[in-house]
This record gives sequence, structure tokens and C-alpha cells, in this order.
Amino acid sequence: MSLVEVCGLSKVYGTVPAVDDVSLTVEEGETLAVVGESGSGKTTLTRLLLRLLEPSAGTVSFDGRDLFALSRPQLRAVRREMQVVLQDPYSSMNPRMRVTDIVAEPLVTHEPSRRGRRGRKAVRDRVGELLDAVGLSPRVQDRYPHEFSGGQRQRISIARALALRPRLVVLDEPTSALDVSVQAQVLRLLTDLQRELGLTYVFVSHNLAVVQQIADRVAVMRAGRVVELASAATLFPAPAHPYTRTLLDAVPDPDPRRARKRAAA
Amino acid sequence: MSALLEIEDLRVEFRLDTGTVTAVDGVSLHVGEGETLAVVGESGSGKTATALSVLRLNPEPPCVYAGGRIRLDGRDVLGMSAAQLRRVRGNEVAMVFQDPMTSLNPLKRVGAQIAEVVRRHQGAGRAQAREAALAALGEAGIPDPRRRAGQYPHQLSGGLRQRVMIAMALVGRPRVLIADEPTTALDVTVQAQILDLLVDLQRRHGMAIVLITHDLGVVAEVADRVVVMRHGRIVETGDVLDVFERPGQDYTRELLRATPRLERA
Repeated sequence: MSLVEVCGLSKVYGTVPAVDDVSLTVEEGETLAVVGESGSGKTTLTRLLLRLLEPSAGTVSFDGRDLFALSRPQLRAVRREMQVVLQDPYSSMNPRMRVTDIVAEPLVTHEPSRRGRRGRKAVRDRVGELLDAVGLSPRVQDRYPHEFSGGQRQRISIARALALRPRLVVLDEPTSALDVSVQAQVLRLLTDLQRELGLTYVFVSHNLAVVQQIADRVAVMRAGRVVELASAATLFPAPAHPYTRTLLDAVPDPDPRRARKRAAA
Repeated sequence: MSALLEIEDLRVEFRLDTGTVTAVDGVSLHVGEGETLAVVGESGSGKTATALSVLRLNPEPPCVYAGGRIRLDGRDVLGMSAAQLRRVRGNEVAMVFQDPMTSLNPLKRVGAQIAEVVRRHQGAGRAQAREAALAALGEAGIPDPRRRAGQYPHQLSGGLRQRVMIAMALVGRPRVLIADEPTTALDVTVQAQILDLLVDLQRRHGMAIVLITHDLGVVAEVADRVVVMRHGRIVETGDVLDVFERPGQDYTRELLRATPRLERA
């Protein structure tokens, strides 16, 4: 059984279908990349996967449970197992909260025993472990988000996403706002964490070169539809859909000889 | 041949309450007619502060031009009066910024915004300015310029808005175009079209282009020479082919290594 099964999923705003009859699966332990340009529906799709939006039609099942049929308490239990990391780590953190409280928020939300003074020590220990896992010093717990660089803030977001030991992590353009050298480090961290923790990733990106580094399979979206879904090993050398080819051809090539040859052609 | 734009040992400081930050620290570069020079670097490298210096657009205070010279066709830009600078801006040197939405007036039709530039800089009459604006929109590859001229910025896509910015920049027939991350906010297929447009317009008009970017792929696609910046200084400079194939500095090598590239073989 797949971890996530999406079947005939649609989300219509007014008369505009943002997601239009999408079916796909996400297997346990894999990275499925969802790529597309702005307006392609990739972000709406992930909101539906997390049940942050209600669909117009179709179903999403997570580990065999129909997400849209769950009661509130059942949904709460499932939500522990799915977490999200967003593009801009700054706007997804409360600037007045310390790192320790930011990372601990899912813990105290889902585990009431961790709340209050009695839970404090256990929470700090767990946050320390999480910060260590993402390559930050456990000593930064009492600092505020503005004291960190973009890359460090993204590591904090990842630590928070891992706090409840989720099975699925949705990564929505997690490195798009970062400098390339930092992006490379964060991608490596994500790969390492996936291997150590057996995580399943849905990796949303507009950057095909980044997707190639991390994805096992790739879904290409355009105007709400998945136009191509294939393993990365097949899609990059032999794209089947003309739109995938257009996307691949448009990626700037950091090899000036090849880039020039292409421009001359 | 002497360069059209020449920066020599430029030093730009920001004198803040908390101390002095040297944003540009001894930068020298030059660009000639018909040539494209890329200035690449990560955030905080000083690439934008360098570019803004050419038109003295860094806010003064806190910015102080603490040393060096900028020569435009032999004339000293840093010594110019406000009136002289106004004649240079938009006439001899024009700029295109990353985010066209924040550089366009949301309350005015785009045609009128370009016409205003023509009237102000070239002293043209109303009808003549309107015709010049339509011609510029057409030249920037905007289909049906007459209809588009009557629209407001929010009615245009990101790619069309950037074309409007390019039309506005080029309507004064500048000899130098400074483009600061002109395609960073755009989808990859639109980015490719905008880069093609810039190359095409340069071929036709022979202007010098200074392209500020963090993307080595974009550099490889369009630039003749490249300046790599870090911490306000030039790390390395040279012909794009030489720098990419035989980088002389560790930092350049690190940047090249961190840049994701698509492998399609």
C-alpha cells in the first residue's frame, strides 16, 4: 500500500480549476517532486494533501485512511504524521518566540503532558536533539528568529517539522529563498535526514535542476493537471510530454559552452 | 578602446548608528559598448550596492561614497551635480529591477508611465511620447501594444510586467543598461524569453549591459565577461568561458559546484 493515494482530486475556485482531476501515489520512503510554474496548482495540491483545503472532488488517503472522511480527533492524530516546511522560514515563524518554543510548538500542541513547567525540561532536551539533528547547536534555543541567517532559519523549520517524528514531510520550495551554497547544504541535510529517519518527502519546486538532485519520481504540473509523472531516471533524459521538454530546455545551463551552442542553434 | 562605463577602486560605506558597514570595498570593473558584464555573488556580496552606485541610487545618508571613481564615457559620475545626474539617469544609463510590480506605479496605465519617461527625459510632446511608448512596448515583444498600453500593472503577468520595465528602460535609448536580477522573480520559461529579449535588443542597439545576478546559469547563457563578488570585494574576474572552465579561486569553484545543473544525458 502507498503512504499517500490521491484519486481524481480537484479544487475549483469559482470556475477556475486550480487542481484538475489529479491522481497519484506517494510511496513510503521516496521523494516525489511536484514541479510546475506559477499558477500550475502545485501549492494547492499540497494544501489538499495536508487537508488544509477541502477538495471540490476526489479523495486523498493517508496510510489507508480517507483524509476527508476523518473526524476532528482522527484528523488530529493523522496530522502528527504529516508535516510541512515552507519556502520562507521567516514568515512561518513567530518573531517574538524563542527557537525553543518555535521548535517545541508541535510537541506541546499534540502532547499535553509536555505543557507547563513540569514538561519544560523534557521539551528542552528534545528540542536540543532536534537542533543537533539539523546541524545547529542546542545552545541556540534562547535566541529569536531574526538572529539567524536564512539557511539557519530553514534548519529551524526542518527541526520543527521533525519534532513529532512524522512519516510524511511536504517541502514547499524549501530552498528557493536561499543562496546556492546554502541551498546545497540544506538539500544534503534533507537527504541525510530522509535516510536516517525513513522519511517520505513531497518536494514542491519550480527548479528542475534541484529536483533532479533529490527526487525519485517527478510529477510535472501545468494548469492544474499532472501532464507527466515518471521516475527521475526516465524523465530527465527522455521527457515524454512536450511541456516537460519546454521546461527542461528553459533551465539556464551553467556551462557556457553548451549554453552558447544552444543559443546559436 | 576606452570603456563606456568604468569603475575604479570604488568604496561604498553605509554609516549606521550601529557602526560603519563597508558594502563595496575596492571594486574595479568596466564594460564597453555591445558587451555584457555579469556581476555575480550571493546575498550581501555588494553586487547591488555596486550597481546602484553607477546612478548614485544608494540612499545618501546612510550611504557614503568613500573612495574611488565611476566614469561614464570619461565623465566622473560621483562628482556630478543633481541636475547632471538627472540627465544621466534614464537617458544614458537605465535600470531594470527584479520585481516589476514594486517598480511600476499601480495606479497608472503602463503606456502613460512610459510616455511620462519620454516627456520628462526627452522633452517630447504628448502625442509624440505616446507613439514612442507604443513603439517601445512593441520592441519589448509585447503583443498588441495599443491594448496593453491602456492596462494597469496588476492586469499583466509577471513576464509582461518585466517587458514593460524593459520598454521603459530602453525608451530613452540608454548606452548602458543595468539589470539587477531581472529574471529572478519569473518562471523559468518566461526567464528564458526575457533573456532572449535582452540579448536581441543589445544586438540591435549595441548598448552595454551590466547584469547583476546570483545565478551562474544565467551568466553562462548571456554574459561575455563576469565579475565574482563576495563580502564587497571582487574575488575573480575574466572571460566567462575562462572563469567557468578554469576558476582561479576557491570561492568561484565552490559557487560553481553548489550551482545545481541539469544532467540530461
